[in-house]
Amino acid sequence: MRKTIFAILLGFSGAGFAGGGMLQNECSTCHNITGPAAQTLKEAFEKKGPDLFYAGNKYRQEWLVSWLQKPQRIRPAGMYYGNHIKAGAKGDEVDVSTLNEHVALSKADATSVAAELMRLKPHDDLTAKEKIGAGAISKQMGEMAFNKFLGCMACHLIEPEYGGLSGPEVYTAAKRLQPEYMASYIRSPQAWDPKSWMPNKHLSDINIQKMVNYLKVLSEETENAK
Amino acid sequence: MRNRLLLPVLLATCCIQVQAKETPADNYKAYCVQCHGGDGKGGGVNIRDIAVVPRDHTDVKSMSGRSDETLFKAIKEGGASIDKSILMPPWDATLSDEEIKDMVQYLRVLCKCNFGS
Repeated sequence: MRKTIFAILLGFSGAGFAGGGMLQNECSTCHNITGPAAQTLKEAFEKKGPDLFYAGNKYRQEWLVSWLQKPQRIRPAGMYYGNHIKAGAKGDEVDVSTLNEHVALSKADATSVAAELMRLKPHDDLTAKEKIGAGAISKQMGEMAFNKFLGCMACHLIEPEYGGLSGPEVYTAAKRLQPEYMASYIRSPQAWDPKSWMPNKHLSDINIQKMVNYLKVLSEETENAK
Repeated sequence: MRNRLLLPVLLATCCIQVQAKETPADNYKAYCVQCHGGDGKGGGVNIRDIAVVPRDHTDVKSMSGRSDETLFKAIKEGGASIDKSILMPPWDATLSDEEIKDMVQYLRVLCKCNFGS
C-alpha cells in the first residue's frame, strides 16, 4: 500500500518521469512543441499552455530549471482567459476553480527538459533583429509609460495584486524571458503568434527599449522584495 | 483537361481564404471580452485597476452617437485616434479591414442600434 502511494506521489510530482522524451510525451499534451502557432481562433481557444516550439528563443534557461521544479502561476486567468472567467457583482472575475496547476518536476528532469527546450529556436531571425541597449529607466518613469502612456497595464499585472489579468504577469518577465524576445514580441506579437490576444501598439524603437528596461527594473525589484 | 485540374485548385484557394476570416463573435470573444466583458457591458476581467471604464457596447445612447466609420477607426487605430482612451489599443495588426467591418456590424447587434437612432 505504502509503495502504491509513493508511486502515485512520484507520478504527481513529475519525479517519476524518465529523463528523455518527456517533452514529446508529457509536455506536448498541453503545449505545442512542434509549431506552427495556432492559425485560427478555434485552435487558440483550446490552448492549455503557452507554445513551447520556440522556447529556446523565449526563455532564460536558468529560470526554466528553477520554475519547472517550483511552478507558480504566470497567467492569472489561464491560457485563454475566456475559459476561466465567471460573471461577478462588478463584472467578470477569474474563476480560479477552473485553473489547473502545472506539474512540478525533479531537479534532474527540470534540467533535462530545460536543456531540450533551449534547443527549440526556429525564430532566431526575429530575435536577431533586436539590439538591446544598456539604457536605464527609473521604475517610476517606466510605470508611467507602461500604465498611462502605452496602456499595457490594462492586461498585465505589474505587482501580484495590481494590474490586468488577461495577459501574463510582467513583474517576473525579465527573469523568465530573454530581452530580445521581449523586444520582438512587443514590436509584433503577431510575428510570434498570429492570434495573440496582445495587440501591436506600434511602439517606436525608443519605447520598446524603455519597456524592456522597465521590465528588467521591475523584475529586480520583485526579486529584492522577496 | 487543364480546366478540370484548375477548378479544384481554385476552389481550395477560395475556401482556405474564407476559413482564414474569423467570425465577429469569435473575434469579440478573443480580443474585446477581456476589457468589455462577456456580456459587452464594459465589465471585463481587466477593469479592476483600469483608469477608464471600457465602453458599454449595449448602451444605446453612447453607441448610437458613433458612426460606423468612427467605430471602424477606433477599432483599427485605437481609442486615441478618435480622442478617446489609449487603453483601447489599435487592432490593425490583428484584424483585417473586413473583420473590423464585420465587428462594427456586430456592435450594432449588441447595442440594437444604428448611428443616430
